[in-house]
Amino acid sequence: MELLERFAAGDVDAFEALFRQYQSEVYRWLMRIVRNTAVAEDLTVETFWRMHRAHARFDPAMGNCGAWLRRIATNAAIDHLRHSRHEVPLPDDLPATAQQPPAEQLELRHEILRAMDKLSPRIRAVVLLALVEEEPYQRIAEALGISENAVKVRVFRGVRILRKTLSQAGVHP
Amino acid sequence: MKEPEIDNLKKLLKDSLPPAERIELQRDLWPAMLQRLDQRTMRVPWWDWALLATLVVALCIFPGIIPALLYHL
Repeated sequence: MELLERFAAGDVDAFEALFRQYQSEVYRWLMRIVRNTAVAEDLTVETFWRMHRAHARFDPAMGNCGAWLRRIATNAAIDHLRHSRHEVPLPDDLPATAQQPPAEQLELRHEILRAMDKLSPRIRAVVLLALVEEEPYQRIAEALGISENAVKVRVFRGVRILRKTLSQAGVHP
Repeated sequence: MKEPEIDNLKKLLKDSLPPAERIELQRDLWPAMLQRLDQRTMRVPWWDWALLATLVVALCIFPGIIPALLYHL
C-alpha cells in the first residue's frame, strides 16, 4: 500500500514518514508568514497535529500532500496571528539587509513592523508571501483556498493600508 | 495604484524584512510531535468526566450512600 493510503488508514509509521519528509518544507513556509523560529516550530507541530486529526478525510487519490499541508499550515499561521494580534508586533528573527545606517534602518524597520501590525492576519499573510517572499499568486491562492483574483485584491488592499500608515509615520514609499 | 508604487513598497519591505528563503529547520521536530500525540492519548475522555460529575451530584443529594460506597470500595 502506498504511503499516503497507509496514512489515510491511520498508520502511525506512515504519518512519521510523511512528517520527516515534509517538516522542513512546512517550517520554511510558516517562517515566511510568522517570521519567528520558535513560533514556526510550534506551528509546524500544530500543522501536523491537525493533519493527523484529519487523516480520515484525506483522499490519497488527490496525491498532493505538500499542497494540503501548506493549506493547513497557512490556516494555523493565520489563527496564530489573529490570537497574538495587538499583543506583540510582528516579530522578525531574520537579519535585515545592511543598505542603510543601523539607526535609520532600525527606525524604518520598526515603522514597517508597526504598519504590518495594522493589517488583518489574512491580508498580512498575503502581503508577506506575495511582496516579501515573492511567492507566485497561484501558490498563495492554493494555500489560502481562494482564487488568484482574491489574492490580488488582498495585495492591493494591503499595499494601500501600508502606504497610508507609512505616510502618516513620515515614510514615503 | 500604479505598478512602480507597488514595486517601491515591495523594495522597502524586502530591505527591512529580508525574505526567509534560506532559513532551514535547526532540529528534528518529531520528538515534539510524539509528545503532542501522547498528550492527546493521555487526555481523559469527556464521558469519564460526565460519570464523575454524576457521582458527585448523587453523593451531594444522597449523602447516605457514602458509607455504602466506601464499604464496597
